[in-house]
Amino acid sequence: MPLAQPAVNWHIISPEIVLALTACLVLVADLFLPEDAKWVAMPLSAAGIFGTLAAVVSLVGTHPTYTLANSYQLDHFALLFKGLFCVIGLIVLAISFHYFRAGHYYQGEYYFLMLCSLLGGLVMSSARDLITIFIAIELISVPAFVMAALRKSDPKSNEGSLKFFLFGVLSSAVMLYGMSLIYGVTGHTQIDAIRVSIAHNGAKPIIVLSVFFVVVGFAFKISAVPFHFWAPDTYEGAPPPVAAFLSTSSKIGGFVGLLVLMFRAFPVVADAWRPIFAVLAVLTMTVGNLIALRQQHIIRLLAYSGIAQSGYILVAFALINPQSPAVSHQAFVSALVYIAIYGLMDLGAFSAAVAFARKGGSYFINDYAGLWQRSPVLATLLAGFLVSLAGVPPMAGAWAKLFIFLAAIRAQVYWLAAVMGLNAVIASWYYLAVVKRMFFDPPETDDVVEVPYLMQAAMGVAALALVAGFIYPQLITHLAANSVLH
Amino acid sequence: MEWFQNGWGVTLATFLPMVGVAAMLFIPPAQDRLIKLVGTIFAGLTLLVGIVLLFQFDYGSAGTLQLGTNLDWIPQIGSRYHVGVDGISLPLLELSVLVCFLCTIYLWWHVPAPGKIKALLSLVLLLETGMNGSFVALDLILFFVFWELVLVPMYFMIGIWGGPRRQYAAVKFFLYTLFGSIFMLLGFLAIYFKSGATTFDMVTLRAQAAQGGALGSTLFQNLTFLGLFLGFAIKVPMWPFHTWLPDAHTEAPTIGSVLLAAILLKMGTYGFIRIAIPLLPQAAHDFAPLIGILAVIAIIYGALCCFAQSDLKRLIAFSSVGHMGFVMLGISTLTSQGINGAIFGMVAHGLITGMLFFLVGSIHERYHTREISDLGGVLQQIPRFGTLLTYTAIASLGLPGLAGFWGEMLALLGAYHPAIGLSPVLFRILMVGAGIGTVLTAGYFLWMLQRVNMGRVPEKFAAPGRIFDVQRLEWFAWTPLLVLIIVAGLYPKMILSVTNGAVQALVVHVGAALHAGSTVALH
Repeated sequence: MPLAQPAVNWHIISPEIVLALTACLVLVADLFLPEDAKWVAMPLSAAGIFGTLAAVVSLVGTHPTYTLANSYQLDHFALLFKGLFCVIGLIVLAISFHYFRAGHYYQGEYYFLMLCSLLGGLVMSSARDLITIFIAIELISVPAFVMAALRKSDPKSNEGSLKFFLFGVLSSAVMLYGMSLIYGVTGHTQIDAIRVSIAHNGAKPIIVLSVFFVVVGFAFKISAVPFHFWAPDTYEGAPPPVAAFLSTSSKIGGFVGLLVLMFRAFPVVADAWRPIFAVLAVLTMTVGNLIALRQQHIIRLLAYSGIAQSGYILVAFALINPQSPAVSHQAFVSALVYIAIYGLMDLGAFSAAVAFARKGGSYFINDYAGLWQRSPVLATLLAGFLVSLAGVPPMAGAWAKLFIFLAAIRAQVYWLAAVMGLNAVIASWYYLAVVKRMFFDPPETDDVVEVPYLMQAAMGVAALALVAGFIYPQLITHLAANSVLH
Repeated sequence: MEWFQNGWGVTLATFLPMVGVAAMLFIPPAQDRLIKLVGTIFAGLTLLVGIVLLFQFDYGSAGTLQLGTNLDWIPQIGSRYHVGVDGISLPLLELSVLVCFLCTIYLWWHVPAPGKIKALLSLVLLLETGMNGSFVALDLILFFVFWELVLVPMYFMIGIWGGPRRQYAAVKFFLYTLFGSIFMLLGFLAIYFKSGATTFDMVTLRAQAAQGGALGSTLFQNLTFLGLFLGFAIKVPMWPFHTWLPDAHTEAPTIGSVLLAAILLKMGTYGFIRIAIPLLPQAAHDFAPLIGILAVIAIIYGALCCFAQSDLKRLIAFSSVGHMGFVMLGISTLTSQGINGAIFGMVAHGLITGMLFFLVGSIHERYHTREISDLGGVLQQIPRFGTLLTYTAIASLGLPGLAGFWGEMLALLGAYHPAIGLSPVLFRILMVGAGIGTVLTAGYFLWMLQRVNMGRVPEKFAAPGRIFDVQRLEWFAWTPLLVLIIVAGLYPKMILSVTNGAVQALVVHVGAALHAGSTVALH
């Protein structure tokens, strides 16, 4: 049978094209740039991402459309996440610039890899086919394996990236196995076709088993307990801007795939797999928070906090109810709101950690003592991000928690809401411990921490967005509520 | 002024301080005087808005919500920006804008270590937005947001400008309150989902509660009430949830203690009157005896603790536990006398204990100690200051003619005839217990005065000129409180005439809801 070439709607895939071309351009340009001008790769990449963002914006208002033989869809959901990935990409670029330039790391290669991984996120937002989803997740992960190992001379970086690689490959294999089973049972790789087929077949054990494999595969990507072991070591060993990228872009990519599969392909048999998510959510948030309590290293603290935050998002998956579309919809919206806000606040916290450690500082929380007296703006910004992660006003993080909470109660899963509430209190302890150190303890030196304008801008944008989102949550909730998966 | 009457005045009173914070961001930290000036101006403007609101308010219909604004806010969950005032919230809002303004004035005289006036004033203003917002919010989510907004500034205020054990006190305050507010939020959500109205609007939910039985089984209502109870009771604080209070009060800087005592604690009692009782009248009725018992334990326990304190500030802190006990006793009677008394008691406690904390702060400034045993002869050495201390302490112990008297009096009266359905025997026993509490209160305050004001001036302070009498800025900051204490004492109608309409409406509402509930149960 000859393969017919599918019709391509070029406008719809224009963001991906712009980003892919930029990535190639950066790689080629790097070959010709002299050593002391390698940093030009960063403005090039930034221009590319701005171009991508422009392409995304030009698509706003388009009707939900399929292209590439129904494997690729443009809808509000895809647009929301493409926009979010672009914003994350820009902030990561801003915090990477000084770090990679000062350290004489492989600047061209780094920006190329980062753009590729980001491209994976964009593809994931639109992927509506098992094969495309798998390609997207690999496009997100494979560059990340290399990025994590960029600090070649540090054994910790090597160890972390090797763990990341092994876990990543294993999880891909498990996921792929699950996907092949699904294809075997349903005869389709397209998401909607799979849903229809499953609705006919019902919750056969083989389907539940294959869903389980897919979930396990994604659980590695989003660092859900008990598949989280790689995350803290990898984050600690990787260059910190890469850790920031991994804990936001890469993780969100995983969540996007999971959202598409769980809310669109498999909701019919949700009764069978919902308990898996309930267990995962409880384990992830509780273990993440409890271990975070004991961390002395800010990146490890953020790693465990990020694990716990994944746990809150997983709660939304444990609420899907095929009998009640309203409940499922609310769970879905709450997950979107949480992911969007999480991306900004987590990135903000990482940025502040990178900014502090840049000159003379360190990653040890003890060294944050009295930061407020040395650099009030940096301390206030970091405190703002941590307060947001803790879910306390006046930052948008409060809405993120509240929306999941609301969805859980709406679905009448009270125990999960209660576990989440308790976890929020535990978590506030370690976030506050950092705040306490910065504001209440006396400083050991009087050195002012200099923060480059680029980083100030990155953190300022994130902080402003979080405050604005707190005062007028409609900014985010409106987008999320309209981002229905059709 | 039309926009002002159409409800924007209340919004202005809430957010003007926040504008002040934004303005302050642009002043370099070294410009001390300019920062103080801007802070005072914004607090003053807010006070001015509060005074204008007093004239706009229609006292004839104090029972209905006025000067309100109601806008779309988060339609996805049915939460609206709904604010307004009635006879219950107006006095508390006025108290808040007044005390915040006085605090900014007090800061001209003394900035606690480690300085940083810009940050401190920003926190005071941020706190004011949170507190004012809590008193005017008529949407549960909006209320929750303002309620939580108060947490962060106060945490920093205690943790940075506080005493030696500030870190412990700040974290304890934060976690304790956060713990309570999560259960409170659970309660709000339970009401939201069970009511079926998909609204967080307090007015709508209250109207629904009046129909009786809308919120499901008695067990469900009681569990929901328990959630709200935990949130509010920790804030009040009621015995046995009070343990954060002595630490927070003692360690906080002077203005922190003043704001905590005068306003923050009122948010808890206000929550009972505004939310817990009207939305869950049946459960409130079931819980009333328990609340009454805890309140009387607080009164007696607080008084006994005061006898044991050697630190003057800690003594005042524990006296707050007792005074708030009277407020809660008044609320638990569910009578108009009791609740009127409770609101009066809230305002009076705000004025008096706020003043006491100012005085203790100033004693610490002068003597560098708060140990009662180190002090003595204050009245002899600095007579004006000593007189103020006597005056305020006597007001606090409830002398007739001063503000402290009416709240306690009305609470006791209410307890004699509690609402229908509540055991008169129990409440009369509680009344006797609370009565004994007043005697104990008088005892420890007089004993304190005897040790601090009377006696001989200790050697180390005896050198002439070292200890100065009341300063001009202190007079500025304190005179309004001193005057209001006696005015409210001599003319209690000033406050009661404002509150009464709203309280009557509340009591009628609770009665009607109970009646409707029992009718529903019969059918």
